Amino acid sequence: MAEKKRLKDLSIWQKIYIPEIFKGLALTFKNMLKPKFTMEYPEEKFIPPASYRGRPVLVQEENGEERCVACGLCSRVCPALAIEVQAAETEREKERYPERFEINMIRCIFCGFCEEVCPEEAIVMSKDYELAFTNRQEAIYGKDKLLVPVSQLQDRIEFLRNYK
Amino acid sequence: MPKIFIDGKEIEFKQGQTIIEAAKDAGIDIPHFCWHPSLSVSGNCRICLVEVEKMPKLVIACSTIAAEGMVVYTQSQKTLAARNAVMEFLLINHPLDCPICDEAGECKLQDYAYEHSIGESRFVEEKVKKEKRVPLGPRVMFDGERCISCSRCIRFCDEIAKDPELTFVQRGDRVTITTYPGEVMDNPYSMNVVDICPVGALTNTDFRFKARVWEMSATKSICNGCARGCNIDIWVRNNEILRLTPRHNESVNSYWMCDHGRLNTFKFVNDSSRIDSPHIRKEGQLVKVGWDEAFAEASSRLKSFSKDEIAVIGSAFATCEDNYLVARFAKSVLGTGHLDFIHHNDPSFEDDILRRSDRTPNSLGAKLVGVRPSKNGLDFNSIIKAISERRIKALYLVEDDTIQNDPEIENILAKLDLLVVHSTNYNKTTDIADIVFPASTYAEKNGTFVNFDGMIQRIKPAVSTLEADRALEGMAMSRLDKFGTRWDRWAQGVKFDARPTWRIISGLSSVMGYKFKYNMAEEVFKDIASGITSFNHLDYDIIGEQGFKIKASVLEKEILE
Ligand code: SF4
Ligand code: SF4
Ligand code: SF4
Ligand code: SF4
Repeated sequence: MAEKKRLKDLSIWQKIYIPEIFKGLALTFKNMLKPKFTMEYPEEKFIPPASYRGRPVLVQEENGEERCVACGLCSRVCPALAIEVQAAETEREKERYPERFEINMIRCIFCGFCEEVCPEEAIVMSKDYELAFTNRQEAIYGKDKLLVPVSQLQDRIEFLRNYK
Repeated sequence: MPKIFIDGKEIEFKQGQTIIEAAKDAGIDIPHFCWHPSLSVSGNCRICLVEVEKMPKLVIACSTIAAEGMVVYTQSQKTLAARNAVMEFLLINHPLDCPICDEAGECKLQDYAYEHSIGESRFVEEKVKKEKRVPLGPRVMFDGERCISCSRCIRFCDEIAKDPELTFVQRGDRVTITTYPGEVMDNPYSMNVVDICPVGALTNTDFRFKARVWEMSATKSICNGCARGCNIDIWVRNNEILRLTPRHNESVNSYWMCDHGRLNTFKFVNDSSRIDSPHIRKEGQLVKVGWDEAFAEASSRLKSFSKDEIAVIGSAFATCEDNYLVARFAKSVLGTGHLDFIHHNDPSFEDDILRRSDRTPNSLGAKLVGVRPSKNGLDFNSIIKAISERRIKALYLVEDDTIQNDPEIENILAKLDLLVVHSTNYNKTTDIADIVFPASTYAEKNGTFVNFDGMIQRIKPAVSTLEADRALEGMAMSRLDKFGTRWDRWAQGVKFDARPTWRIISGLSSVMGYKFKYNMAEEVFKDIASGITSFNHLDYDIIGEQGFKIKASVLEKEILE
């Protein structure tokens, strides 16, 4: 059986050690002069591209109403059972609206299925990735936190129209 | 018996049956919208077209009488092409309303579009606009665009409700449904059209938009609105009943139930007036106490009366199991023969369709299992009289509201030294009771009701009480029930600390030194079955989902006894 070469069987050059230090330093200096990738978050913020799937939000029309008709399809398709929708009747043409709409951000896995299934383009994945809460109840986002004006979501809606 | 061949299968049929009926009896489903087993044949939707050998054209299975040796194909090229074409026609003017339509999930048009349609439309013109959200009556809403003009609703009003209120108006693609001038659709059975409408054109104004059908669980049970005992499904989400729908049972209610039963017999279950945990009156106020304390109090106070000073009232709203233990409790534990239940008769409620004047679900059952005065015992009216004369000083009342039934009784009951009540909700009688035990409602327990006709039927728990666990009890579970945790708001439905009457009685009896060894309603029923002729040899499995009818001769003998 041939003798296995073990990691600790170092060559003479490696045993001398000094050249290795210079090799390492050379790499360090090379990278110091290259352009940076990192950001100084939170002073500086990452703005993701339109394809990014941040937290799901509800589209709020210009007149302040939600697009959602409370069909419950997002709630049904959600693999994590994160969404609860309670429908109610309204005088508006679409007949129904979500009286209550809650997404449990602890359950959500950012898969985007809700956005994909929605027949009204009413729920979309935003660019918001800053989710912090101190208890479970706070993690359940109601309509107050979910509704986002359509003007802020143009990017994503256009992206969806191209690729959906 | 004559035979036909459907898709190569030899099938026997009864003379006079149509192809669709013969197929249905043999378990073959031929698609249909307008045909309904309990309504006349209309033959207008054309989706049931099938190919029959030696016939020049396709025929509609719903109105073609089966004949000896007929060879029918329900899956041939020609049939499938015709079905596709019919679906395409129906969908031309059908709005894309599924997201806002209550029928979605239980819609025949959706199902057939999935099964029998190519999934693409060649129609590029404007769809016809019709009126939406038209109240046809106080309980039914109509959507003109969704209607596929099958005429089931019209035929239902004419033939079953016997109150012609609906008709078609206009022609061609403008055709729509409306009530006759000056009429509203308010017959006592009007909401059945919501169930039979194959699409979402007719919706239940009480249930509209409350839930999607797939979010709820359905539990097979019995309506408690009258002595007919219509078979129903109880639809529950988050431990709350949202709607009742009729369940087919040809020997009780066919496919129907009355609007009163559908709307007014379940809301008390999740009402805020439900009693949560036992209560004892202390210094004039009902105070919440634990079960053990309530049992101890009831036991010691009941023991302070002589046997003849106590009367017990069972309930025609409670199950046979409950009443059986009430009767045994009265006779064996308390030793009194003053035992009866209250009749709730309302002749104005009765009609010759389903509704019965007896407004309780189980008066026959209560009587059969022994809730009636013994030889020298007093019946209900005599009990009341004896209370007013202070001969009876303690009353044990189960699941009924005596005062609601007759306000004059309030002053009489005030003379009692002790009033113990089992009740589901607070009412006028619990207002003056000394000890109140919270009883489970019909939707929270297992048991049996016997309808006016001697049909024994099963009720099953659809809503869970504090001590019940849906999975362990084998209750119907929706997806939400299966996966909900205590952190999910959609799994936080209120559960009341209530118990079925038979369990309360058995708990109290054991404190009083008499042990009933029952852990389940089924065990109580086993004893009923071995002790009472009408129930002999029965068990829950034999009663099953369609009930078991006691022979009239047996029934007669037992009631006369
Ligand atoms: S992104 Fe996925 S997990 Fe999150 S709410 Fe939508 S469907 Fe549910
Ligand atoms: S799928 Fe869209 S329209 Fe339906 S409930 Fe969800 S957000 Fe609302
Ligand atoms: S309303 Fe429904 S039941 Fe009546 S004709 Fe239209 S589709 Fe048929
Ligand atoms: S007829 Fe009687 S049992 Fe049937 S639904 Fe009406 S109230 Fe209930």
